[in-house]
Amino acid sequence: MEQTDTLICITCPMGCALAVTHEGQTVVRVTGNHCNRGPRYAQAELTDPRRMVATTVKVRGGSKPLLPVYTAAPFPKGRIFELLDALRRLEVDAPVRADQVILANALGSGIDVLASRDMA
Amino acid sequence: MKQNYDVVVIGSGPGGLAAAIAAKRAGAHDVLIVERDVEPGGILQQCIHNGFGVEALKQDLTGPGYAQRFINEARALDVDVLLDSMVLDVTPQRRVTACGKQAGLVELDARAIVLSMGCRERTRAQIRIPGARPAGVYTAGTAQRWVNVEGYMPGRRFVILGSGDIGMIMARRLTFEGAQVERVLEIMPFLTGLNRNYVQCLLDFNIPLQLSHTVKRVLGNKRVEAVEAVQVDERWQPIPGTEEIIPCDTLLLSVGLIPENELSRQMGVRLDPVTGGPYVDEGFQTSAPGVFAAGNVVHVYDLVDWVTEAGLIAGRSAAEFALGKTGTQPAQRTCVTKAGENVRYVVPHRVDAEALTRGPVKLQMRVLRPMEEPVWVEARAGDDLIARHAERYARPGEMLSLDLPQKAYDTVRRAEILTVNVVRRKS
Ligand SMILES: Cc1cc2nc3c(=O)[nH]c(=O)nc-3n(C[C@H](O)[C@H](O)[C@H](O)COP(=O)(O)OP(=O)(O)OC[C@H]3O[C@@H](n4cnc5c(N)ncnc54)[C@H](O)[C@@H]3O)c2cc1C
Ligand code: SF4
Repeated sequence: MEQTDTLICITCPMGCALAVTHEGQTVVRVTGNHCNRGPRYAQAELTDPRRMVATTVKVRGGSKPLLPVYTAAPFPKGRIFELLDALRRLEVDAPVRADQVILANALGSGIDVLASRDMA
Repeated sequence: MKQNYDVVVIGSGPGGLAAAIAAKRAGAHDVLIVERDVEPGGILQQCIHNGFGVEALKQDLTGPGYAQRFINEARALDVDVLLDSMVLDVTPQRRVTACGKQAGLVELDARAIVLSMGCRERTRAQIRIPGARPAGVYTAGTAQRWVNVEGYMPGRRFVILGSGDIGMIMARRLTFEGAQVERVLEIMPFLTGLNRNYVQCLLDFNIPLQLSHTVKRVLGNKRVEAVEAVQVDERWQPIPGTEEIIPCDTLLLSVGLIPENELSRQMGVRLDPVTGGPYVDEGFQTSAPGVFAAGNVVHVYDLVDWVTEAGLIAGRSAAEFALGKTGTQPAQRTCVTKAGENVRYVVPHRVDAEALTRGPVKLQMRVLRPMEEPVWVEARAGDDLIARHAERYARPGEMLSLDLPQKAYDTVRRAEILTVNVVRRKS
């Protein structure tokens, strides 16, 4: 069954409102895009939406109680809260270097979580 | 630390870091940054989300990650940094007085100064929300610092006033930390932040946004218990009958930033009432000779990339002034920029035509009203078109820029006023 949903393309700041007609995960037609990156975005959003995730983990002996961390690559959107839970349980020791791996292969996704900054 | 510096930079945010780096690179010997916080980086240290550096560095970094690069570079260039020290006074003779727990009272003399104190947030008093004064009303930036740096959650159920980027980013951040964000209210009929933040921070987590809505009243005695939201008309007047009580324990205000210019005002630097920052020329020199300004202290930027770029220009200009390469004679001929059709302001406020002999000069501006149609961003001297470029749309939340090309030298030299317009582009 064909279905039409509205998506806002965030590939560039223009933010086109895309009308995406799809059958399940297959895009049939996209309108409202100002360039051809719009349909590509729509397809990715339907099949495997991902987001960069940034949060904090506790740090022992650091200059601050929290260390900001981020995913090295966009992470599957549906598993963000699971990832946040895993990170909430973590505690690391200072000193930490920027881009040091804080959680390797997070939830088996193949994506590492890295430190955003140095912390003495 | 020394007593005399070529360049003293006030504030270690991206604007100040870039200024110090550029000053060193341009040949200034002794460069010092004075910072009131215990670590460098400015507001970026609490902006833990990504999205920084996409334009200028072509990399998608977090706020702390972006700051780290410039902190490392400043360190590698031997920039002196005085932390935990608040600058209390700067004189037009460029004497800087600072005070801190570690350093005590410090007096320094600088050949040139770069002001880069950033901005601060508008508070409740400045937008006049009536009602009781219970605990639980904070600015979004204060909450951001608590949640991201200090590790403290200011509430469980939130309403956020203002659809600017900081408000939307905090809506997602609080959701990540297990809080409930009931609503984001925006008084304007359009989103004031970036679309990308609307999608990734609100839509992704089903946080409802209401445009043309504001907070009419805050309810609660000791602690916020609810806010009364209301729809407004085009003149921001509440529409009777549209009131709604939204239960919550915390109201966050994300209602705009104001350049931080107490020091500038004290020392008599002329300020633009529209931007809230100093009047500057194309090298970011203020009305006080040898005193430059960079970053959000001049006007509020939406992307840190342009703050860095402005800092680099200001730092280079400051070094040149300190080394006696410029500023010994007054500018030959400066031309004033003027906000024309659908333009709220233009920075820089003055352009010395001689600057065009070295390269193009970038003008930056904001529009008053959104135009969701193709536009020209143009600069004119009288009826002469000096430069223009096409944009697909223009929105108040997204700063525009326009390069004055070197070939405009003759026109700019003769002109007294350059008017910048954003007008419809007919196809
Ligand atoms: C709460 C908040 C959140 C923001 N979030 C984002 C975001 O998510 N993305 C984005 O692109 N932009 C964001 N911005 C805008 C951001 O401020 C700029 O992108 C950038 O950080 C501005 O750099 P700056 O160097 O001008 O100022 P800042 O980074 O604010 O640095 C100013 C520095 O000056 C210091 N200072 C001030 N007065 C004195 C004094 N008297 N003596 C000594 N030191 C002093 C301050 O402590 C601070 O370290 C945010 C701004 C605020 C206020
Ligand atoms: S469709 Fe193209 S123009 Fe429109 S937002 Fe996406 S990338 Fe930008």
